[in-house]
Amino acid sequence: MKLSTAKSQRLLVLFLVGLMLFNYPLLALFDRAATAFGVPVLYVYIFSAWAALIALLALVIERSR
Amino acid sequence: MLQGYVIIPVALAYLGVLFAIAYFGDKRADAGRSIIANPYIYALSLGVYATAWTFYGSVGRAAADGVGFLPIYIGPTLMMALWWLVVRKIIRISKTHRITSLADFVSSRYGKSALLAGLVTVIAVVGVVPYIALQLKAISGSYAILAAHPDIAAVGQRASAPFATDTAFWIAMLLAVFTILFGTRHLDASERHEGMVAAIAFESIVKLAAFLAVGVFVTYGIYGGMGDLFARAASHPRLATLFAPLSGAAGGYANWAWLTLLSMLAILFLPRQFQIAVVENVNERHLGKAVWLFPLYMLAMNVFVLPIAFGGAMHFAGTSTDPDTFVLTLPMAQGHPALALLVFIGGLSAATGMVIVETIALSTMVCNDVVMPVLLRVRSAWLAERPDLTGLLLGIRRGAIVAVVLLGYLYFRLAGEAYALVAIGLISFAAVAQFAPAVIGGLYWKGATRAGAFAGLVAGFSVWLYTLLLPSFAKSGWLAESFVSDGPYGITLLKPYALFGLSGLNDITHAMLWSMLANIGAYVLVSVVTVQSAAEQAQASRFVDVYRYASGQLDAHAWRGTAASPDLAALLAQFLGAERAEAALEQHARSRGLRGASELPGDGALVQFVENALAGAIGGASARIMVASVVKEDALSVDEVMTMLDEASQAIAYSHELEQKSKALMAATAELRAANERLRELDHMKDDFVSTVTHELRTPLTSIRAFSEILHDNPGLPVEERQRFLHIVIQESERLTRLINQVLDLAKLESGRAEWQVGDVDMKAVVEDSVAAAGQLFTAKDVALEVKLPSHVPTVRGDRDRLVQVLINLLSNAAKFVEAGTGRVAVTVGSDAREVTVRVADNGPGVAAADQRIIFEKFRQAGDTLTEKPQGTGLGLPISRQIVERLGGRLWVESVPGSGATFAFAFPAVR
Repeated sequence: MKLSTAKSQRLLVLFLVGLMLFNYPLLALFDRAATAFGVPVLYVYIFSAWAALIALLALVIERSR
Repeated sequence: MLQGYVIIPVALAYLGVLFAIAYFGDKRADAGRSIIANPYIYALSLGVYATAWTFYGSVGRAAADGVGFLPIYIGPTLMMALWWLVVRKIIRISKTHRITSLADFVSSRYGKSALLAGLVTVIAVVGVVPYIALQLKAISGSYAILAAHPDIAAVGQRASAPFATDTAFWIAMLLAVFTILFGTRHLDASERHEGMVAAIAFESIVKLAAFLAVGVFVTYGIYGGMGDLFARAASHPRLATLFAPLSGAAGGYANWAWLTLLSMLAILFLPRQFQIAVVENVNERHLGKAVWLFPLYMLAMNVFVLPIAFGGAMHFAGTSTDPDTFVLTLPMAQGHPALALLVFIGGLSAATGMVIVETIALSTMVCNDVVMPVLLRVRSAWLAERPDLTGLLLGIRRGAIVAVVLLGYLYFRLAGEAYALVAIGLISFAAVAQFAPAVIGGLYWKGATRAGAFAGLVAGFSVWLYTLLLPSFAKSGWLAESFVSDGPYGITLLKPYALFGLSGLNDITHAMLWSMLANIGAYVLVSVVTVQSAAEQAQASRFVDVYRYASGQLDAHAWRGTAASPDLAALLAQFLGAERAEAALEQHARSRGLRGASELPGDGALVQFVENALAGAIGGASARIMVASVVKEDALSVDEVMTMLDEASQAIAYSHELEQKSKALMAATAELRAANERLRELDHMKDDFVSTVTHELRTPLTSIRAFSEILHDNPGLPVEERQRFLHIVIQESERLTRLINQVLDLAKLESGRAEWQVGDVDMKAVVEDSVAAAGQLFTAKDVALEVKLPSHVPTVRGDRDRLVQVLINLLSNAAKFVEAGTGRVAVTVGSDAREVTVRVADNGPGVAAADQRIIFEKFRQAGDTLTEKPQGTGLGLPISRQIVERLGGRLWVESVPGSGATFAFAFPAVR
C-alpha cells in the first residue's frame, strides 16, 4: 500500500490538472476565431493539452514504483 | 458494386471472424493459456466505450456545434487518472466477494439486499435500452445508405416497413443469437468470458482503423490537409462560428462541464464498462497501462472527427444529407465503395461490440438479481427438487438477452427516429450516472445505509424519468407535445426541460443537475437518519476497508451457526453442476490442509466458501437466500460483529477469557488497548513459566527432604546405607543448583539482559574445549566419544563461551541418552562456502517425529514424563536454541527413531 501512495497522489494531482485544463476559464482563453498552423486555436489547444495529459499519465504510471 | 448480396456476406464473414477469435480465446482460456492476460488487451477492450454512436454520431454532433462532442471523451480521460485509485478498489472488492455485476456490487455493499439489486437492474435495463436501440439504428441506417449506392439520398422514415424487410429486426435477432453464442455457451462461476474479451479487443482495432482510414481520406484525399480544410471552412459563414463555439452559446461552459462529469461516470457505470473493466479484468496490474493507453485510443479516435464534419458539411452544403452519415457518405460521394464498405464494417464492429457486452452484462443482472430472487421466493420448493439448475440459469440468461435486444428494437421502432444518435446516447449516460452516489459513496463512506442508497437511486431515477425519458416519448408522439412545451396540465413550473423555472441549460445538463441533486441529497440525508443493521455494517466495513482485510479469515470468524456439509455440497451442485461443484469443494478442502471434500466440517469457512461460489453464479443476494435455507444461523448483534471484525484485523486469537477481561479496556484508545493486550499475554506466559519452574524445583527438593528425614530419624542406619542416601541428597542438590542456574540463565536470555561477547570464533577450539570439559561424562559411563575435525574451519561470528555452553549441553544430552558400554557419540565439524556446521550424533533411542518440535520447548522432554524418571531439567535445549538463534545461527535435530539422533547447529561463515 505504502509504495503505491506516491503514485496515487500523482495521479490525483493529474486528475485535478486535467479538470482545470478542460474547463472555464482556461478553455475560454482559446475560444476565439484565430488559427494556429491553419487550425482553429481551440482545437489545437484541446488536442495538445489532451496529448500532454496522456503523456504525463504514462510517465507517472511507468516510472512510479 | 455494393448490392445487398455483397454487403451481407461481407458483414457475415466479419461476424464469423469475430466468432472464430472468441472461440479461440475460450479454448486457450480452458487450456490455461489466456490470450487476454495482458494490459494491452485490457486497454483495447475498454474501447467498447466507443460505440456506433462514437463512430457515426460524433461527426454529426461536431457538424452541429464544433467541439461539443469532446467532453464525452475527455471525461473518461480524466476518470482514467482516478482509475488506479477507484477501479482498483472496486476490482479488489469484486474479486473478494465474487461480484459479477453492478447490481450485485450495490446490493452486496448494502447488506446483500435483493430489493436494491432489483432496483439497480431495472434502472440499468430501462436506462440502457435506448442505447441499444441506437446501435440498431446505426447498423440498419448505414446498411440502407450503403445499399442505396451510388444514390446518396437521405434515408427516409422506414418505420412502416413490414417485419420481413425490416433490416433492424433481423439485425437485432442476429445480434441476440450471436451474443448467446458468445456469452452463455456455458455457465462460469466467475462470469468471465475470455473469448468475448478477445473479440471485443479485436473490434476496437477494426473500428479505429476504419475511422482513421476515412479521416485520412477526407483530410488528405479530398482536401489538401488540415490547413486547407480549415481555411476553406473559415470562409463558410456557419462553420466559421464553430471555430469558437463555447463563449457564444448560452450555458456553454456549464454544459461542457456537466457533459464531462456525465461521461466520467458513464465510463465506469455503464453495465458494459463495468463488465469489461471489473468483471473481465484478469489482473489488477493491467489497470496501470490502461490508464494512459485507453485515453490514447480515444484521442486517436477523435483526431479526425472535426475534419470529417467540416469536410462533409462543405461537401454536402445545401443537401439534406444527415451529418451522422458523413463518415459513410463522403467516401461514397467520392466514388470509393471499398472504403465505404470498410467504414460500414467499422461501424458494425462498434455496434456489435456494444450490444454483445451490454446484453451479456444486463442478462447476468436480470437473471441473478430479478428472476432468481423471485423464483427463490415464489417457487423455492420447485427449485429444491431439481438436482441441477445450470440449464435453467443458462435458459434464463438466454431469454434475458433476447428480451433486452427486443426491447432495444421496440424503442428504436417507436422512439428512435425522432432523435439524433448523440441525444439517445446521452439519455442512457444520465441514467447510469444515477449509480454514482451509491457506488462511490459506498466505497469510501461506511455510514451510508441501505435505505439511503435506495432513496437516492429512486429519487435520481425518478427525476431522470421525468426530465429525459418522458420528454423523449413526447417527442415520439406517445405523449402530447404540450407536456414538454407547457408542462403537465399546463403547470409551467413542472415543464420537464425547465423544472421549477430553471432554464438556459440544455436538456442533459438540466436533467443531470436536478437528478444528482435529488439523488445525492436523498442518499446522504436518509443515510444519516437511518441506522444500519448488523449485516449492513459488516459489509460496509468489508468494502471500505477492503485493503486491510485478508479475504476469507474475516468472514469465517463472523459467522455463528450450524450447517451440514452434505447440504452445502448439494446446494453447490445444484447451481454449478455436480462435476464442477465437486472439483471446487475438493480444491477448497486441499487449501485447508484436509485430505478431501468428505472431511470438510460444516463450519463458517465452508459456508462462506459456498456462498461466495454461489454468488458468482447467481449473485450475492440470491446466494445469501439459498445458503440461509440450508444452514441454521444465529443472528449476530452489531456489537458482536464489530468485535469480531476488530479481532480478525488484528489477527490475534485470544482466548475468550482474556477477551472478557479486556472488555473493560475497550473504551481506551486502540493504541492503549493493543499495548495492554500484549502485556497480558506476557503476563500469562510468565505465570505458566513460574508454575512449571516451581513444580520442577519441588521434585528434587522432595527427595532431598525425604532422605534427610530418614537420616535424621534413623541414627542407627548402616554406614553403606547412610552413604547411599547422602549421595542421593548431594546428587539432587546438584540437580537443583543446575536447574536454578539454568532458569536464571534462561530468564536473562529472554529478557535480553544476558551479556554477550561477540567476536571471531574458531569452531575447532570450541569443540576441543567442550570435549575436554565433557570428557569425564563419557569415560564415567563408558561411552565412546569420537571427534572428527577437518584441518581448516572458517571462523564464525559468535560468543565463544556461549558456544562452548551449547556444545557441552548437546554432549551431555547425548551421553545421557546412549546405553552405557555400547554407546557411541561422534562430533563432526563441516563447512561449505556459506556455513560452518557442528553435528553431535549418537546411537541412542532417537527422537520420534512428533517430539522433534516439543523438545525445544521449555520443560518439555520426549517420552512420558509421568511414568519415566526425567533425565534432565528440560531447559538445556531451549537455552541452547535461544543462544544459537540470538547469535544468528540455527539449531535443529535430525533423527530416525531407533537409530540415534543428530543434533546440529550452523553459523554463517565469515569471509
